[in-house]
Amino acid sequence: MATLKELSATPDVLGPGHRLCAGCMAPTVVRQILHATKHPVVVGNATGCLEVSTTIYPYTAWRSPWIHNAFENAAATTSGVEAAYRSLKRQGKIDKDIRFVVFGGDGGTYDIGFQSLSGAMERGHKMVYVCYDNGAYMNTGTQRSSATPMGADTTTSPVGKVVPGKPMHRKDLTAIMAAHNIAYVAQASPSHYNDLIAKAEKAFEADGSAFINVLATCPRGWRVPAEMSVEILRLAVETHYWPLFEVDHGTWKITYKPREVKPVVEFLKAQGRFRHLFTKGNEHIVEEIQRYVDQGWAELEAKAEWSKQKKEAAAAGTAS
Amino acid sequence: MAKKVALTGNEAVALAMKQINPDVVAAYPITPQTDIVQYFSSFVADGQVDTEFVTVESEHSAMSATVGASAAGARAMTATSSQGLALMWEVLYIAAGSRLPIVMPMVNRALSAPINIHCDHSDSMGARDSGWIQIYSENAQEAYDNVLQAIRIAEHPDVQLPVMVCYDGFIISHGMETLEVMDDDPVKKFVGAYRPEHALLDVDHPYTMGPLALQDFYFESRRQMADAMEHSPKVILDVAKEYAKLSGREYSLFETYKLDDAEIAIVVLSSAAGTARPVIDDLRKKGIKAGMLKPRVFRPFPAAEMAKALSHVKVVGVLDRADSLAGHGGPLFNEVRSALYELPGKRPVVTGYIFGLGGRDFTPENVDGILADLKQTADTGKYANLVTYVGIRE
Repeated sequence: MATLKELSATPDVLGPGHRLCAGCMAPTVVRQILHATKHPVVVGNATGCLEVSTTIYPYTAWRSPWIHNAFENAAATTSGVEAAYRSLKRQGKIDKDIRFVVFGGDGGTYDIGFQSLSGAMERGHKMVYVCYDNGAYMNTGTQRSSATPMGADTTTSPVGKVVPGKPMHRKDLTAIMAAHNIAYVAQASPSHYNDLIAKAEKAFEADGSAFINVLATCPRGWRVPAEMSVEILRLAVETHYWPLFEVDHGTWKITYKPREVKPVVEFLKAQGRFRHLFTKGNEHIVEEIQRYVDQGWAELEAKAEWSKQKKEAAAAGTAS
Repeated sequence: MAKKVALTGNEAVALAMKQINPDVVAAYPITPQTDIVQYFSSFVADGQVDTEFVTVESEHSAMSATVGASAAGARAMTATSSQGLALMWEVLYIAAGSRLPIVMPMVNRALSAPINIHCDHSDSMGARDSGWIQIYSENAQEAYDNVLQAIRIAEHPDVQLPVMVCYDGFIISHGMETLEVMDDDPVKKFVGAYRPEHALLDVDHPYTMGPLALQDFYFESRRQMADAMEHSPKVILDVAKEYAKLSGREYSLFETYKLDDAEIAIVVLSSAAGTARPVIDDLRKKGIKAGMLKPRVFRPFPAAEMAKALSHVKVVGVLDRADSLAGHGGPLFNEVRSALYELPGKRPVVTGYIFGLGGRDFTPENVDGILADLKQTADTGKYANLVTYVGIRE
């Protein structure tokens, strides 16, 4: 992998001058992902903050071909783009080696775009689908999604007199995508950019569909200072709230293990959307979130261990 | 060499698609369109086409993938019916607004509820203002011919709009009839190679497709679509002329039947025109001057030409296989009636008839009843109802 210095010298596909908020991690995710390939890319984009803030006609921040169709169909749309590529290449009408990447928020990926994504992955289109997961519908003003963590205060799971924020846990989309048995699945965070870019490199060169779920701070929705965006993500990783792992052709591997695991409280306390959890009577919610995070990590370790044993058994089988 | 063959409407359309040999087809099966998807799958399986066939998981994705493929620079097609078209709704507008020359066979079927698989025009009529050109076909021959011409119309630089080619579910899609089809080579020459002005896969010339356009630009983009629609009749007629040279079959914006001296006339789309023709012949034998106008192109709506063609008629009965449920007749009725308002002096009396919803049989007796109605209005100047439901238990 290239060094940070080398990366900083490579041209950005997403140019400056777009209108995303200060501290928004979406453009950071895009830049890190796109640094991972030297091939020309065609970018697909679901409706969302990234889309509306980068292509306000007659301007565009995109230096690559880019397509936005609607909210729930980014994966299907890029299926068509990629099918056109395969068709025209087979007919000898195109000779370039092109990569296809889709960016969608958690709304366009976990929820309204889930069917389209599932279909495209099952069909095995050679594309890298990247979800920038900021845990709510931020473009319309922080409404809850199925990626919103338990307890979060959003405008459709507001903290009221009897309801303390979102009552249920988030959907484990990365595992659901792994269950599609596609070529490559990973979970990443821009706070660990080496890890993220290495994963994106694998995804771009995978022999089939690839999916990367990237946690992305939304300073407005999470109610954190813009300059804290990366720090919060680091806390998410170090508390095991957002484990970094990959599923490469079915082999689960944890790609980063924090030396010292912090309690999830540190991740929660840093954000205004969880403030109410620290008032009297809500202790059980924090406990439940910690239990859920611990369980998730234990399951992930078990999967990684199972993959490791399977690999060793296969190697032993080959040896004997 | 053209040859006579016996095919169902869906077979004829699938054959047209095979001869067009699109770069991408993304489609989802739905009754009564399903055969098209199946036939096309077998063309792909047998290597008879260069097409990349995307077996999407829904019609919403069918249209979405078709939009993606078309924007990428491919000639892209899909096909659907009824609920499938309804599910595509959102993306129909995006295809048109993005000015993508997609061609879609649309096998007309009623919309739920109650669920019904048989023919009416509720599906395509609901999409009449989506920015798609709509061409209606009476039979398998017309469906075949219209699909081939649609490619040229959609891709014409003065148009650049998607086209749906409609024909009646089961009545035409599954009915076997004799038609004349062309050899592959002349079709290939006629449709030509697709050379888009912009293509996502032209990575050296990147462009942003589907941006956000607000108060300062959105309106102009819609006006440009309206402009393209206004220009399209000329293109439709030019393409028809060229096609006539090739096939010997002539097409226009609409077809008239014994209309020139008609005192009473019906206006009706698609297969019902075939039911009406012999009834008109019978009335003519009895000395009743009956005639018919069968619109081929519903979008753009050829209002001025149609008004001119109907200007001398005393009473016009407009037959809709769809109801607007507006308490004021069907969509064709309202369009025709509005078009005739432009006529100077005494205008024809126009009444509406709603028939055949959900595949209800439409018989020569029904046509006869309607024409008797019109004759009475012509003689008395009076009519019982502005809009009448035909062939129904009331």
